[in-house]
Amino acid sequence: MSTTAVEVIYRGIFQRTMAKHITRGIVLAARKEGKVGIAFGRYGDSPERNGIPAKQFAIVAANDEELQGSIAKYEPTEVDVTIAVDDALCKGVESWAWYGLQPVNKLLKENGTLIVTSTKSAEELIPHIHKKDVAYNLAIIKGKASFSGLWVYKNDHTDMRMLGALPRVAPHLFGSPALEAAIREEWKDDLKVASAEKSFERVQIRKVKPDEGSPEIPFSFTMPGWKSMEEGLVVRAIPLGGHFEGYDGGYRPERNPYFKKFTTRTMRPVVDFAKCTKCTLCWLQCPDSCFDVTPDGYYDANMEACCGCGVCEAVCPVDKCVTMVNETQFEDNKSQWEMWTKDKNGYAGWLAKKIEHRPERSHGFHHRGQYEGEKIEQID
Amino acid sequence: MAAQATGAAAAKAPPTSKSDDQEMLISGCEAIAHACRLADIDVVTAYPIRPYDTVMQMVSKMIADGDLDAEYIVAESEHSQFEIVKHASAVGARVFAGSSGVGWFYAFEALAVTAGLRLPVVAMVGNRALDDPGAFGTEHNDALAVRDLGWMLTWVETAQEAMDNALIAFRVAEDPHVFLPCAVSVDGAFLTHSQHLVKVPSREKVNQFLKPYNRGNKLLHPDNPITIAPQVNEDWLIEIRKQNDEAMKRARGVIAEAYKDFNRIFGRNYSPFLEEYMTDDADVVLVGQGTLAMPVKVTVRKLREQGKKVGFVRLKWFRPFPTEEIQQSLKRFKAVGVIDRDYSFGSPYSGGVLYTEIRSALYDLPNRPLLHGFICGLGGREVTIEGVTEMSEILLKSAKSGKLEKQVAWIGVRE
Ligand code: SF4
Ligand code: SF4
Repeated sequence: MSTTAVEVIYRGIFQRTMAKHITRGIVLAARKEGKVGIAFGRYGDSPERNGIPAKQFAIVAANDEELQGSIAKYEPTEVDVTIAVDDALCKGVESWAWYGLQPVNKLLKENGTLIVTSTKSAEELIPHIHKKDVAYNLAIIKGKASFSGLWVYKNDHTDMRMLGALPRVAPHLFGSPALEAAIREEWKDDLKVASAEKSFERVQIRKVKPDEGSPEIPFSFTMPGWKSMEEGLVVRAIPLGGHFEGYDGGYRPERNPYFKKFTTRTMRPVVDFAKCTKCTLCWLQCPDSCFDVTPDGYYDANMEACCGCGVCEAVCPVDKCVTMVNETQFEDNKSQWEMWTKDKNGYAGWLAKKIEHRPERSHGFHHRGQYEGEKIEQID
Repeated sequence: MAAQATGAAAAKAPPTSKSDDQEMLISGCEAIAHACRLADIDVVTAYPIRPYDTVMQMVSKMIADGDLDAEYIVAESEHSQFEIVKHASAVGARVFAGSSGVGWFYAFEALAVTAGLRLPVVAMVGNRALDDPGAFGTEHNDALAVRDLGWMLTWVETAQEAMDNALIAFRVAEDPHVFLPCAVSVDGAFLTHSQHLVKVPSREKVNQFLKPYNRGNKLLHPDNPITIAPQVNEDWLIEIRKQNDEAMKRARGVIAEAYKDFNRIFGRNYSPFLEEYMTDDADVVLVGQGTLAMPVKVTVRKLREQGKKVGFVRLKWFRPFPTEEIQQSLKRFKAVGVIDRDYSFGSPYSGGVLYTEIRSALYDLPNRPLLHGFICGLGGREVTIEGVTEMSEILLKSAKSGKLEKQVAWIGVRE
């Protein structure tokens, strides 16, 4: 056995404790079978802020010497299993230093497994996931994304359910008895053991063929050498923007092509332009300056720039004019205003369907009792 | 405002017949202030600490007297002092700030980023022992602490050289091939508070030597929209360090060029990196920086009278370190003694910083001289003729026997 690597992709802060439980659980379970391992995370400035995709890893090896090659590294070059604890991450991640959108399955080995928590089916998720030139497995654990905070942990067993699926999808990591022994020792909770067992039985696995998935080509660029980089830590400003392409007026600011941030989004605003009074509040208040000013004076949230914070929905004074919708309902970042301009009736129908999917997820922990109303059916 | 016949003006003496230089009786600090005036600095920051603080006093007087037009900002700490000049430098101002001892250390974060950002801040360090215990005397560990950060560092021997090197510092720091900060180190008390006769040149001459600071397309200005100092990570930082390293390497050539012009314009005869004193036929030499050159030169002459072939090499630039010049010079002697007015606790041979650096610079020579380190004059204690004689005798003994007496010796410390 060489090393086995597992990557956990999670939303910064909200899911950090959970990601840590998963990677710890992996190493502790493997230890029960006499193996060794390490668990580590990529820390940084941006990646640990609210909602921003971040990563933690667990590496398991037969002995210390085999493990050494995986120590003092930021990321393994390939992984046997990728775990995404929010299905919106299937669209891709910018986990570190914002080098553009990267496929969620980028590090996955041939015939490796991507495990996702989702209430959606594999058929619904696969169109979001970038194509890979080798086959892999998609394993779905039914459930919505579990979000907590920096100071609180929502102990809903999502972590145990992720661990429970591992003996099914990667039996060479560890078997169920080892995992159960580890959970019992570390968390001292038989209910958690039961959650892991159930997950082992219920996880749904489907092969994904090389031609399946989103055809989008991920962003890439070459890093300059010291001779070509500008000296003095100078970064040239993004040029000013201009008119809407194909129109006389409007203003669309030029945006940094290297810094998109939209993988932070778990929900996005949709705007009912028919209701909009052009009051400018969304445009003024958006913390990311996402709104393009349309030639006819509306405000169009640019989905290349929006991080999904929900401020525009909160400040819009018109009832049901801006609505936040689950990000997984969308397959592209197209302009809503352009869609509306071309076909107002078509847009109204599209909008009505989208706003059925108001987010059942919660960004962070706000108050005591927040989660009490949540129904167990949603996860089981 | 016309200059009045007080203070600076009163110190002015009639011009000498040969040149339009004015001879003035001024301290090392005041000489640096005159360099600021002659360089026509735009922004200066002040926060008092002995012994550098005479500079800020003198510069404020020059502004009050109408001899200098500059923004004079009294900061609430050394940290702010150096942050302010860093920012001013980014927007194209020629800047100056100074400090001493632990004050300089309080500015450390700002000092590190100034070099990292390639901003040509010129500073004076009035060398002072680091507290605690509280002490005012000269010791070089304060300025030396920035040696690994990308600051250029120069030490001076006289008030004349303090003024001249400050002008050279502006020229080298602001050269677009360099764009690195430079600190001029001036020994506390012996130079900061000691008035020497100094030839002060005219602004016209200085203007020939020192062109206006031009940051080019790195200027932080609304018409040139840029960001500086972004957050970077491991994918970028090593390339940035490499760029700064190349700038520091280029500084050697720029310094040599600046001295050539300086000598031509001001009629001086400086060699850029080293001053050699009675070394032509010397068997052994002492090496050191700053004002200790004075008692050493006196001692060398005395020993020469006794037929002892002793010489002295004064190092003028510590960063960039003149490795080749040091190798070419020191390989000619049988034994060399490095005098450190600083110390590096726990260093490879329990020696001073200069000793450790010179030892490293000589490593590749096929025939290295025997190398001694002398710790002397810490905390501002005088370096005496007796002390230098003791060092010289140790060197002569080593040279004769061909073997090292003792790697490092503390001179003048009470047992
Ligand atoms: S959700 Fe609204 S306010 Fe927040 S970034 Fe997106 S457009 Fe801006
Ligand atoms: S806040 Fe609402 S009403 Fe006001 S401009 Fe934005 S979308 Fe229109």
